Amino acid sequence: MSDVLVCIKRVPDLGGEITLTPDGLGVDDSALGHTVSPHEECAVELAIQVAKDTDGQATVLTLGSSDAVEQLRHALALGCTGAVLVEADASGYGPADVAAAIAEVVRAHEAAGTTYDLVLLGNDASDTGDFQVGIRLSYLLDRPVVTGVSTLSVDGDSVVARGGAPDGGTEIFEVPLPAVLTVMEGGIEPRYPSIPGRMKAKKVQVEEVAPSGTPVGAGRVRLKLPPVQPSQVEVLGEGPEAAGAVVDLLEKLGVVR
Amino acid sequence: MSAVLVLVETDAGGATEVSRETLTFVRGLGHDVHALVVGDGPAGLVDQLGAYGVTTVHHADGDAFTAYAAAAWAAAVLAAAGDATVVTAAGTPRGNEVLAHVACRLGVTMAANVVEVESVSPLAVSRQVLGGSALEEMRLEDPVAVFSVAGHACDPAEAESHATPVVHPLDVSVSEADLRARVVRTEPGEPDESGGLKSARVVVGAGRGAGGPEGFADLLELTELLGGSLGVSRVVTSLGWRPHHEQVGQTGSRVSPDLYVACGISGAIQHWAGMSSSKTILAINTDPDAPMVTKAHYAVIGDLHEIVPAVNEELRRRSAG
Repeated sequence: MSDVLVCIKRVPDLGGEITLTPDGLGVDDSALGHTVSPHEECAVELAIQVAKDTDGQATVLTLGSSDAVEQLRHALALGCTGAVLVEADASGYGPADVAAAIAEVVRAHEAAGTTYDLVLLGNDASDTGDFQVGIRLSYLLDRPVVTGVSTLSVDGDSVVARGGAPDGGTEIFEVPLPAVLTVMEGGIEPRYPSIPGRMKAKKVQVEEVAPSGTPVGAGRVRLKLPPVQPSQVEVLGEGPEAAGAVVDLLEKLGVVR
Repeated sequence: MSAVLVLVETDAGGATEVSRETLTFVRGLGHDVHALVVGDGPAGLVDQLGAYGVTTVHHADGDAFTAYAAAAWAAAVLAAAGDATVVTAAGTPRGNEVLAHVACRLGVTMAANVVEVESVSPLAVSRQVLGGSALEEMRLEDPVAVFSVAGHACDPAEAESHATPVVHPLDVSVSEADLRARVVRTEPGEPDESGGLKSARVVVGAGRGAGGPEGFADLLELTELLGGSLGVSRVVTSLGWRPHHEQVGQTGSRVSPDLYVACGISGAIQHWAGMSSSKTILAINTDPDAPMVTKAHYAVIGDLHEIVPAVNEELRRRSAG
C-alpha cells in the first residue's frame, strides 16, 4: 500500500495576453479562469494511479487562498480522496517557504499515522518557474528526489521513475521509498472527472491548516512585460487564392527545397 | 578577485551551446570565471573554455560521477565553488536541477532562467516567468548568488583575450544520501523524436483548427514539401490527435526555426512561449484578430483545410515547372 501526497498550485489560465496588477507585482487575474499547470495535472493522474494500484490513498495539497479549494475539488473529482489547504498568500511565499509548509503537513500527517511513500509535485510552476520546491522539500524530509519524471511505477519498497535525458533519450532512476518526485507532462494522459466523481468530491472535508513561521519571500521586485509591439502583420490574402503569394514568400525566404 | 563558477555541460563537440552562452553572459559581471566539468570532457574542452575566458577548470571525476546523480553533482559544485560569490549554470533541466540542490544546501535563494543583470551591486537580475512571456526582476542578496542563465539570453562569444586555464582536479566528498537518486540505466531516444523538431529550419505548426486526428494529411504533406517538421499545440496532444513529442510550447519543445507556419493556432501564451523566437512567422487562421495573426509577420485569413492544399499544389506545380 502506498499513500501519495500530490501538491498543486492554482494559477491563472492565461489566454493570449497578460495584464499586470497596478503595482506591477502580479498578474491581474480578475477576468481570468484558473487552473493548474499541465505538469501538475499529470502528477495528480500518477498519484491516483499509484494509489489505486497499491490500495493506498491519494491526498492533494495546495498552498494558497481559499479560492484554491476549486483546484482541490477538481483533483478530488478525479480520484484523490483527501485534500489539504495550506491557507496563505502564495505571492509572499518563495520556493523555500512553500517547501517548508509542505514538509510541515507531511510531518503532521505522519505523526497522525499516515506516511506518504511518495510526494509528487510539478517539475516547475507555470507562473513563477522556480524549479525548486520539490528539491527543497526532499532535503527537509531527508528523502531522495528525482525531477522531470514522466512515468513511474512503485515496486515494493522502491519506485522506478523515467524521464528525459539531455541527449533526447530516457533516464531511468530506481529510488527507495519514501521519495519525492517532480513530474513533467508527456508520459501519461490525465483523466477527465466523472459525474459521480464530482458528486463525491463535494462531500470531502478539506483539511485547512495555517503554516507556522514567517515566509522569507521570493525576492520579487516587480514583473515586467515586453513592450507591446504594434501589429506588423502583412496579410497575404484570404482563402486558397493566397497560395501563390504564400509560395512567393516561401521562395523569398529560401525554404523551398 | 572574486570568482563566478559555471557548471559546464558538455556534448561530443565540447561545451554545449547554452553553456557557452552562460560563460559569455557571466563574463559581463567582471569576475574571474571558473568552470566545473563533471566526468570525462571531450578532447579540446579545456582550450575551448580558455577561449571563453575561463581561468580555472575544476574537474570532478570518479565512481560517484559515472552515472548522473543531481545531489552528487551539487556536492561537486560546492567543492569547486571555494570563495566564488556567484554560482551559475545554463537553465537546462540539469542546470536548474543541480543549482536548486546547491541553493538548498547553501541555504540561499536561487533565480532560474535569468536573462539580464539589472545591477551588479547589490545584485539584481531579471528572469523569465510565465513561460517567458514576462520577466521578473529579483534581488539576490545572499553571500553567494545562485542563478541559471536562460537559453538565448545572449549569443555565445569567445573572450577578447583567451586564457590558459589551470586544471584543478577536485576531491569531492559524496555521501551515500547523495547517490540515492541516481540514473540506473538509460535508453536511446527514438530516431524520429523531437530532435528533428528542435533543429528544423521550417516547422509547420498545427492547432485546434486541424479539426481532428484525420486533419493532418495536408499539413504533413506541406511539412514534407518544405523538408520541415510538424509541431502541434497543447490542445492537439491533450485531445490525443498527435503524440506529445510533437508538442511545441511552454511544456513541450521550444523551437526557433527560420520559418514557423502556424496553422489554426490561436496563439495562447502556452504555445507562444515555445515558438516566439522563430525568425519568420506565417499564420493561417480563420480569425484575423487571433493573437497568433496579430503577432505574426505574415498571415493568410481562411480555413487551413482550403489554404494548405492550395499551397501544396502550388509548390508541386512550381517544382515540376
